[in-house]
Amino acid sequence: MAQRHVKIRSKVGLHARPAALFVQAAARAPMDVTVAKLGGNPVNAKSILAVLGMDARHGEEIVITAEGESADQVLDELEAAVNVEAGDA
Amino acid sequence: MPDGPPSPVADAGGADAPASGSAGVLTGAGVSPGVGAGPVVRVAGSVPEPAAATHGGTPEDVRAEQAAATAALEAVAADLEARGDRAAAAGNTEAREVLRAQAMMALDPGLADGIAVRIGEGTTAARAVFEAFAVYREMLAGAGEYLAARVTDLDDVRDRAVARLLGLPVPGVPRRDDPFVLVARDLAPADTAVLDPAQVVAFVTEEGGPTSHTAILARTMGVPAVVACPGAADLAEGTPVLVDGAAGTVRIDPAEAEIEAALSTSAVRASLTAASTGPGATKDGHAVPLLANIGGPKDVRAALEAGAEGVGLYRTEFLFLDRATPPSDAEQEAAYRTVLEAFPQGKVVVRALDAGADKPLAFLPPPGQEPNPALGERGLRMLMRHPEVLSAQLGALARAAAGLTVRLEVMAPMVTDVAEARAFAAACAEAGIDHPGIMIEVPAAALRAGDLAPEVEFFSVGTNDLTQYACAADRQIGALARLQDAWQPAVLDLVALTAEAAADTERGCGVCGEAAADPMLACVLVGLGVTSLSMSAPSLPLVRAVLARHTLAECRRAAVAARSARSADEARAAARSELPALADLGL
Repeated sequence: MAQRHVKIRSKVGLHARPAALFVQAAARAPMDVTVAKLGGNPVNAKSILAVLGMDARHGEEIVITAEGESADQVLDELEAAVNVEAGDA
Repeated sequence: MPDGPPSPVADAGGADAPASGSAGVLTGAGVSPGVGAGPVVRVAGSVPEPAAATHGGTPEDVRAEQAAATAALEAVAADLEARGDRAAAAGNTEAREVLRAQAMMALDPGLADGIAVRIGEGTTAARAVFEAFAVYREMLAGAGEYLAARVTDLDDVRDRAVARLLGLPVPGVPRRDDPFVLVARDLAPADTAVLDPAQVVAFVTEEGGPTSHTAILARTMGVPAVVACPGAADLAEGTPVLVDGAAGTVRIDPAEAEIEAALSTSAVRASLTAASTGPGATKDGHAVPLLANIGGPKDVRAALEAGAEGVGLYRTEFLFLDRATPPSDAEQEAAYRTVLEAFPQGKVVVRALDAGADKPLAFLPPPGQEPNPALGERGLRMLMRHPEVLSAQLGALARAAAGLTVRLEVMAPMVTDVAEARAFAAACAEAGIDHPGIMIEVPAAALRAGDLAPEVEFFSVGTNDLTQYACAADRQIGALARLQDAWQPAVLDLVALTAEAAADTERGCGVCGEAAADPMLACVLVGLGVTSLSMSAPSLPLVRAVLARHTLAECRRAAVAARSARSADEARAAARSELPALADLGL
């Protein structure tokens, strides 16, 4: 099982465009992927409604979990999606 | 085209407006000039909550309901994606992101699970969809302010899916390939996010007054519009109509010749209008600066293209809407500076934040329940309660104007008496704003304009609210359109009193309400002593052309004639008889 802690650097948090890209990337993954706020309950990373409902904001840390051969590559993509707008922050 | 059964046809351009509902013609309030002809396309109304009901309960029923739910959600997602692509093709990438996120909501796996469980338990597809959405709705509504705004998006997805399952029209503006006339009970801002001005040739609404969102949107887009039009809601989809946004008429099943005549008059007007350029002035050279009403930096280009000499009303609310905290000083300063820099030789009149009533802000909640918000703590009254918001805005404006050649004027909304005018002027002085002014929207302020004038440097008459308060007629209630008419002689009297008080004290007196956009009324206002006119950018060219064809003396005679009338219609007719060149422009 591969797990990654990601700090949200995008100003809008895990909402709007970052959330859409994150969920799209998760949906492409062949395995189950979950995401949770640090210490919170994990939710399905392929569900836009669950991800939005988590309400992860700028500066918070999330934990993404995936299992399987290409898990690391999937986590790389997801981490990039989370902070896609961090550059202009 | 086959002739229908003979029916009395209203004489196009006849002076007596046909009564509403007379054969072939509907009459409402013309709120955005121009002529448009095309088939009716209706905006579907709201989608009801599906009744709690069960299906037959057999495995076949479960499969059929499940298949229906899945198909409906997939169709909704595909439609939203397609709308997003069209919005992006039209340059609106922001709308595409919202629509794409909505498409993802429709295909959400968690939502699908929730629907499947309910259908498995015997619930019908429509009800199962409704209930499954409700779970997420509650979750999002309970979270932060950003998510609360997403609830609207979620509800829209739900309504689209439920409408498909119940066989109801999908809410919103349907997709058409040919130009059409958009007909609705009233248009919500959400209905219009993906409207293509090249496709919508006119708006017609059953409700909404001359200052409703539909009217303002239509003028901003430069599309002819008739509002408060009884019978509009009964127009059948596809019916050909001819809309005259100046006369306020909707001709049903017009003859080809009639359409051609109307379009050619409209074209003549357009060419004469295009020929008038330069600063606003009467025929005999009396200068009347023509300014634009804007909502922010995005409107500056249209204002410059329409030849605006400056900004007569910068509505700063848009910077403050949909957020939980006020914009930072730096953000405000940047937005203001962008606007100020666009008019190096002109002036920009900024209205201090006008919150409350129909424009509530999350961080400036009303202090308590207001049974009558239009008469409550709004405008300057609200700013006096939150002086830190006012001083931050004035400070940002002063910094934004520093070093620029533009003349910055700042005015307070909803001022009633001397104490308020004085307090606002003092706040401006403290912030380093040199030219404070006040809006005249409250009849009390108009009646005692002579007392208010020494406190500030200028007046700007907000005719929309002034009319609403003078006639005690809510702006959003279509049934009261007759009373929301700035031609009401009582309103003209109030404007006259204000302009006279301004002239006596050598102050400017502008008009920044929608009345300034009515070309005939613009002449009357100048005749009453108004010194500048501010309006939506698309209205500027026609007003400029009409002013340039009349002398100041003619405008004054028209003003006297209008004030001598005993009704709004009489005032129009009386003014028209003194303004001979209106006919040249087909008005």
